[in-house]
Amino acid sequence: MDLILFIIFGMFAVASALALIFQTHPVNSALSLIGVMVSLAVLYLLLGAEFIAAAQLVVYAGAIMVLFLFVIMLLNAGEERNPWKAPIMARLAAPVLLWLAGCAVYVILGLPGYKSVSFGAFTGGGPKEIGMAIFTKYLLPFEVTSVLILIAIVGAMVLARKEID
Amino acid sequence: MPNPPVPLNYYLALSAVLFLIGAAGFVLRRNIITIFMSIELMLNAVNLSFVAFSYQFGKVDGHIFSFFVMVVAAAEAAVGLAIILTVFKNRSTLTIDEVSSLKN
Repeated sequence: MDLILFIIFGMFAVASALALIFQTHPVNSALSLIGVMVSLAVLYLLLGAEFIAAAQLVVYAGAIMVLFLFVIMLLNAGEERNPWKAPIMARLAAPVLLWLAGCAVYVILGLPGYKSVSFGAFTGGGPKEIGMAIFTKYLLPFEVTSVLILIAIVGAMVLARKEID
Repeated sequence: MPNPPVPLNYYLALSAVLFLIGAAGFVLRRNIITIFMSIELMLNAVNLSFVAFSYQFGKVDGHIFSFFVMVVAAAEAAVGLAIILTVFKNRSTLTIDEVSSLKN
């Protein structure tokens, strides 16, 4: 069952990611990205990361993607006119990346010493354990994060408020 | 029903493939919003790696890292989309080739 779920959602993630870069309409790309995020949430559940799976759905697939879709619709971004008019160097990068992907998969699949994943073997990913880690060991990074969010709010308001020449 | 376990290498390989698809989208596409979504795809791929390594070592630290990546991605999306909004207001275009003031 683990392997079947991994194959189904792994294929779905890769297919959605390819759809993301091959769609020419930004709304379709955004919906494909939501597909990637939902299938990654299922994979997180298989890895025993319940809190991260929930946060993935709520924060990523919910909040961030709604922000993206909101901006796409606000700007009325339609079909691209010349979607594949990339510079020559960027086009040369495509086969290099393909080769790199092949190498990475070959090397990673050959690495020894990794565990096998079976659902339910790792139980330390619930909200209780995450909360214990965040509010003791990682308390300082967590507080710094709140400052980062504040700066991001102020920055977004300043940038989007007025015309900048 | 047989229940064959999945090697952790598969998860890491999937993460690498998703990251490289995101990188390909970043260099090949010309639309600012699609490029931005490719960056989000790369961040997601790295998150999968973090969670997979967390499983390998039986610790929760990788989950915390990927949680922080999500928070930073949310902040980055807010600021980035505000920049896109400003660029569109001033230039009326979403194609990065037409926004090249810094190039000359």
